[in-house]
Amino acid sequence: MPNIIVLVKQVPDTNAKIVVSGDRVDLSTVKMVMSPYDEFAVETALLHKEAAGGEVTALTVGGAGAEKILKDAKAIGVDHIVRVDADGEMDSNALQTVIAQAVADLGAEVVYCGKSAADTGAGSTGPGVAERMGWASASNISSASFGDGVSVVMPSGNGNAQVSVPLPAVISCDKGSLKVRKPNVKGIMQAKRASVDVRPAEAPSSTVSIVNHALPPAKPAGKSYEGGAAAAEVAQLLRDEANVL
Amino acid sequence: MTQTIVIAEMNNNAVHPSTAELVSAAKTFGGEPTLVVPCTDASQAAGAAGMGAGNIIAAKSGAFAHYDASGWAAALDGVVPMGTIITGASPQSKDLAARLAARRNIPVVQDAVEIQGVNITSPVYSGKAMQTVSASGPVVISVRSNVFAPAEGGAMDHSVLDTDGNVATSVQEFMARASERLDVSEANIVISGGRGMGSPDNFSHLEAIADTIGAAVGASRAAVDTWETIPHSMQVGQTGKTVNPNLYIAVGISGAIQHLAGMRSSKYIVAINKDADAPIFQHADYGIVASWEEALPVLHQSLKGMMG
Ligand SMILES: Cc1cc2nc3c(=O)[nH]c(=O)nc-3n(C[C@H](O)[C@H](O)[C@H](O)COP(=O)(O)OP(=O)(O)OC[C@H]3O[C@@H](n4cnc5c(N)ncnc54)[C@H](O)[C@@H]3O)c2cc1C
Ligand SMILES: Nc1ncnc2c1ncn2[C@@H]1O[C@H](COP(=O)(O)O)[C@@H](O)[C@H]1O
Repeated sequence: MPNIIVLVKQVPDTNAKIVVSGDRVDLSTVKMVMSPYDEFAVETALLHKEAAGGEVTALTVGGAGAEKILKDAKAIGVDHIVRVDADGEMDSNALQTVIAQAVADLGAEVVYCGKSAADTGAGSTGPGVAERMGWASASNISSASFGDGVSVVMPSGNGNAQVSVPLPAVISCDKGSLKVRKPNVKGIMQAKRASVDVRPAEAPSSTVSIVNHALPPAKPAGKSYEGGAAAAEVAQLLRDEANVL
Repeated sequence: MTQTIVIAEMNNNAVHPSTAELVSAAKTFGGEPTLVVPCTDASQAAGAAGMGAGNIIAAKSGAFAHYDASGWAAALDGVVPMGTIITGASPQSKDLAARLAARRNIPVVQDAVEIQGVNITSPVYSGKAMQTVSASGPVVISVRSNVFAPAEGGAMDHSVLDTDGNVATSVQEFMARASERLDVSEANIVISGGRGMGSPDNFSHLEAIADTIGAAVGASRAAVDTWETIPHSMQVGQTGKTVNPNLYIAVGISGAIQHLAGMRSSKYIVAINKDADAPIFQHADYGIVASWEEALPVLHQSLKGMMG
């Protein structure tokens, strides 16, 4: 019966307006939520447990504020919740080292994570942790079925492929067609009482550091037209002004 | 100065033209980048000639037949010199970039749209902000396409290095893609339809225009969720694909923040919507307030005339 870990990260609600004050993004007034793809990772981890047994541990690396999303994961059915205590900036090398260490300490046959976090948009953590563990990985999967290993559907070449992934492995989850389950009252009560296993982090120093944040360059106001006949003029401009045809 | 190495962007075992943009990005670090071509047959590296690299290495291995993250990273690690590594920013290349960086215990910076000295800028928060980082040592950087002008000239010949890596995963079955159409993430022009198209059958009007100008057809989430025949693979946005084409044409799409997250970095945006207050117009270079029924036939006719 596999030990299953799912990585979850706290990020700003994707509907939130992002404000830059000074030269840093200011998140002080923003609602924080579980990163959207991590919801699919949690769902896939729970489906794996239902198919093969074992236990699911949700793991986050972050400050105390990040415990809310661990409780959210607990409310929909994970067995254990762990926070590695680290607040502040880490480059991918530092973060993945910390995660890989926690995965090794907890012991696992499979790690699920989101295809990319809504803040970084990077998609680095899954493959990076896999490499550090010396494990297989599959990224951006849209569905999974569980046997000796895990069989996934993932993008391949110019289409999709059914790919078998031997365990141990790290698998990053795209949206796919999964419906994620919602917490019920019992789950929410259990989550309230659940205690978070907090562990210290030992991160190597980062060699990539943030210089600044800025809002994207404002686009000059575009040209606007009324009525479908204007499409002819726009087509001309696409060729002669924008040079994109 | 550390060496910079470019990993060629591959598509069906052929060097993708966007590789020349990666060489150009690598040149911002000074010096002559080395271009490494992951291939199963060294002749495939001929496609890398004249892309501006100082020298070209054909990294030859059976491991490169199909993408497997661990196999590719191991095989490349064997032949790629130490230094800063540049890759493309397709989902597969970002995955590889992360693997290679982890293998060498160096950080990875994804989706670069600007490189100035050791400062690298990428979009964060779904493009709602730009983040600039500085690297004090070697890094792996994935670079978005359509940002750097392609480099030219440089090495024409390649040397061959054999390498190997253990492939962990195995493909059981390739699944036919939903359609034979170009994928939105590969196309230089994307024309997308939203709920305003009224019915999935009306996407044929978008397809007709796409065929005329060599575009891919995309969709909003509302379209994908409402109509079974519009597959998720067409969805552009936060929970769909991120696209970065030269031209994005949004038809009957309101311009919700989650849709913008997937297409706002397009070089030019055209919006066709019958509601003058639709938020998409705030992001459009060319906005046409009209129903698609009225605008698309005119657009198609004009484009057909121009493409001759
Ligand atoms: C967590 C989350 C993730 C999401 N991810 C995505 C995503 O990845 N991609 C995405 O697109 N959305 C996403 N959404 C949904 C998003 O919020 C919007 O609901 C969606 O983009 C709306 O699609 P639409 O513009 O096609 O539909 P609508 O908002 O219904 O807009 C239809 C538009 O068509 C216009 N119209 C109607 N008839 C015509 C006509 N005859 N001619 C011309 N125009 C006409 C209308 O004026 C209107 O502006 C996400 C939402 C959430 C909460
Ligand atoms: N600080 C973190 N704690 C736990 N999981 C994380 C953290 N950062 C990233 N992840 C996981 O890795 C995925 C990809 O993140 P990223 O590589 O930043 O795009 C996320 O969706 C999470 O599942």
